[in-house]
Amino acid sequence: MTDLTNLSVAGIRDGFRAGEFSAREVADAFNANVAAAKALNAFIVETPEHALAAADQADKDRATGDLKALSGVPIGMKDLFCTKGVKTTAASRMLEGFVPQYESTVSGKLWDAGAGMLGKLNLDEFAMGSSNETSYFGNVINPWQRNDGGNAPLAPGGSSGGSSAAVAARLCPAATGTDTGGSIRQPAAFAGISGIKPTYGRCSRWGVVAFASSLDQAGPMAQDVRDCALMLEVMAGFDAKDSTSLDLSVPTWEAALSGDLRGKRIGIPVEYRLDGIDEDISTMWDNGIAWLKDAGAEIVEISLPHTKYALPAYYIIAPAEASSNLARYDGVRYGLRDLPDGAGLQDMYAATRAAGFGAETRRRIMIGTYVLSAGFYDAYYTQAQKVRALIARDFDTAWGQCDLILAPTAPSAAFGLGEKTSDPLSMYLNDVFAVPASLAGLPAMSVPGGINKQGLPLGLQIIGKALDEQSVLDAGLAIEERAGFVARAGKWW
Amino acid sequence: MSVDLTTVRKIASLARIAVTDDQAKALVPELNNILDWIEQLGEVDTSNVQPMTAVITNTLRLRDDAVTDGDVRDRVLANAPLAEHGFFAVPKVIE
Repeated sequence: MTDLTNLSVAGIRDGFRAGEFSAREVADAFNANVAAAKALNAFIVETPEHALAAADQADKDRATGDLKALSGVPIGMKDLFCTKGVKTTAASRMLEGFVPQYESTVSGKLWDAGAGMLGKLNLDEFAMGSSNETSYFGNVINPWQRNDGGNAPLAPGGSSGGSSAAVAARLCPAATGTDTGGSIRQPAAFAGISGIKPTYGRCSRWGVVAFASSLDQAGPMAQDVRDCALMLEVMAGFDAKDSTSLDLSVPTWEAALSGDLRGKRIGIPVEYRLDGIDEDISTMWDNGIAWLKDAGAEIVEISLPHTKYALPAYYIIAPAEASSNLARYDGVRYGLRDLPDGAGLQDMYAATRAAGFGAETRRRIMIGTYVLSAGFYDAYYTQAQKVRALIARDFDTAWGQCDLILAPTAPSAAFGLGEKTSDPLSMYLNDVFAVPASLAGLPAMSVPGGINKQGLPLGLQIIGKALDEQSVLDAGLAIEERAGFVARAGKWW
Repeated sequence: MSVDLTTVRKIASLARIAVTDDQAKALVPELNNILDWIEQLGEVDTSNVQPMTAVITNTLRLRDDAVTDGDVRDRVLANAPLAEHGFFAVPKVIE
């Protein structure tokens, strides 16, 4: 019998339906992989019993002909989604031991569709990071290693680093991620998998621990484009409990998937050709252009003139929103409380927040507090929101010339753990290609585009018009069909 | 604009985060490094540009002004560090 953990989500779904194996067998196989992969530290909480219960239900449902979209499929859940009765930490000491009394809308939709949960996946603390190194529960190790014979541990990307590592190591066939400034796409690129951030408002934010509310968007991470499409169909949809949820029906992205790009124009933004761009990244980008041409698309050069201001604008807006959102952690209603002897209420707040938040979270809260403070608000925050409007306008103008944009996902392959932690700025710069689409709320996905000289995966990013996830997925499929990306991380864990 | 030690202490106080002397001193260059970098936004001509308020055009919905949830006191209190007599409990506050 084939190893069930090598199957895609669609492969598991279809094989299960065809009676080739039981859901129980699938859950057992993945639970075993999870249990044997402690060295990757991809999970904060393991929930084999949840996966088994869903599997047993799926087996019963199959017998009665009552199959759902994800019957028989176990998945990993980023530990930023509140899961009823299951610890949810956001990778922070602040929420260690927090047990939600309710289910996030997105996770609830997945369980209602028959999926089971293998566990809660590690991430950067409150999703603030690009390497998963800010987690209170330790680093996630990228399953990929350089081919130089050394075994230097590499970052899995972030903030959805547990998700990317778990899918790449076949600990789960798919996982949820969230993307505020690249947190689905960059880790997908670093781990040789696919991931899509849909249009802002497609997936409900209700029950997702908030980081920067005008940017946060959930999306799937999986082995291939088809799996992303079918997962997103389940995760997306209107939710009255999220005021920014889009009241639109969910398209049938999977059924409509097509790698035929005739009639599509692909924009190549000149501003993304950074000076000193990594040679392997540049080559991969050129390959991507050739593949899309081969799929029938027309290639056009475009300009997004405010690109260089996207990152600094992001690092005002995201911390500003974070400083507001994280004000809720006060040691009163949930989470950690640090009450020094004889301390009053104000001292308790300050001590709790000093003890509960890690260094990067504290840094971002303080930056956010500063840019929102009296006297600085207009110079920083209002100016950043104006620049954000200009960045969105750049895309609107570009859509006059093209239907999609192709760019690298990240400026490098996975870097080593500890290589960028001493300089927050160098870490922030890793999101240079991912942040503009986030600021404009546009759908964007990363698909594997090749391997660099060190044997590490690289990602190609496709950015689409608002609500046009279909074209993004179609271009992703066209690349996937031509890239022939079959490399996998050699198992060492 | 750059921050000094006094400003860092002020920010920490506004953010309700206790900082030690060493932490405050270390934060001065760290925050300035980031602030110097975001300063470049000042170069952008934004006259006649409205600050963005929503990325995707959406109108806020209204619903009937009716109770749709509630009567879940124990669930609300379930994660409280300290709950007493059906309330969140905090240190004594004397102004």
